[in-house]
Amino acid sequence: MKQLLQEFFKGVFIENPTFRLVLGLCPTLAVSTSIINGFGMGVAATFVIVGSNVIVSLVRGIVPSKIRIPCFIVIIATFVTIVELVMKAYYPELSKALGMFVPLIVVNCIVMARAEAFASKNSTIRSLFDGLGMGVGFTGALVIISIIREFLGNGTLLGLRVIDGFEPLLLFILAPGALLVIGMLIGTVNMIARHS
Amino acid sequence: MDVRQLLMIAIGVIFINNFILSKFLGLCPFIGVSKKTGPAFYMGLAVTFVMTCSSIITWAVYVYLLRPFHMEYLRTISFILVIASFVQLIEMFIQKTSPALYRTFGIYLALITTNCAVFGVTVLNSEMFLSSDLRPLQSLIFCVTQGFCAGLGFTIVLLFMSGIRERLELCDVPSAFRDVPIAFIIASLMSMAFMGFSGFRF
Repeated sequence: MKQLLQEFFKGVFIENPTFRLVLGLCPTLAVSTSIINGFGMGVAATFVIVGSNVIVSLVRGIVPSKIRIPCFIVIIATFVTIVELVMKAYYPELSKALGMFVPLIVVNCIVMARAEAFASKNSTIRSLFDGLGMGVGFTGALVIISIIREFLGNGTLLGLRVIDGFEPLLLFILAPGALLVIGMLIGTVNMIARHS
Repeated sequence: MDVRQLLMIAIGVIFINNFILSKFLGLCPFIGVSKKTGPAFYMGLAVTFVMTCSSIITWAVYVYLLRPFHMEYLRTISFILVIASFVQLIEMFIQKTSPALYRTFGIYLALITTNCAVFGVTVLNSEMFLSSDLRPLQSLIFCVTQGFCAGLGFTIVLLFMSGIRERLELCDVPSAFRDVPIAFIIASLMSMAFMGFSGFRF
């Protein structure tokens, strides 16, 4: 049990996919314009990581190593299609806001990296916890970035105005703001990691 | 169809909605392969080639397979599978026919399979051109133009970035911000500059 928890927390902090491994940045930057979008994307990606990790670890003995990459891609794409259809049916607004970045989860490097580097070598239960940890770490990073961007760029948190008379900087909602925020955050995390 | 429409697609995807700087597609190779100008150039060429070809292939898959059988919901799974196997095929072909070319391009081709810019351009094609009722030939021309120009825009920005990062090696950057963080901050400044293109009108 202790080992499993270790597997989980590794993904959340020490090997945080966004800040430490710098993986899967495309959706991170594109959808973090508001907290709702960021959280929705995080949950969708978590479902895909957990699902593909479990299935990949189940078939890891059967799949020949030469064609493993196409096999993993099909497994991942299946889960992404499930997410796509469910989101379109039950959360049409979120699906419209995330747009093409929902199908793009399939090429998110985190999902592939976990399938290849972890799930194809470890037992199902450990892969499950690894996927959960990575998903939670990814969601957390997305929420942090979207809090900063929504507050600075729109003056709101979860759509509610926080400070009266605060003039928002539109730049932070636009593309340059996203790149600036992620650069500063990675630098800050590096600095903290170096001091501790 | 006229030339103006094609020109609008081209300018739009190279400058105004550049894949890296305003759509955030292909950030991993943008950060990973932009340390030196040479590799950045080869990577750009490989991406442009694969983007153009996969635009054609996915157009065929969508128009002749998915649409007649009403299976548009299988778009994600079929597109990624076709792209991945196409890239693998090219890699094997180059390896057998020209080892010299393989030594230059091989590693980049392997990286392209999970490059979101390649998959992104095919998804964008299918949303912009294929789901509307354009004639097949017309939509093919639009798809190819968008695929090729998206690759061109990718290459241009990758080259700019690698030029800047080569000079940056000589600068005294705070140690925590060296490499990746400073690259993002520079990308942010470049993105601001590219926003100036959004005033383009025809």
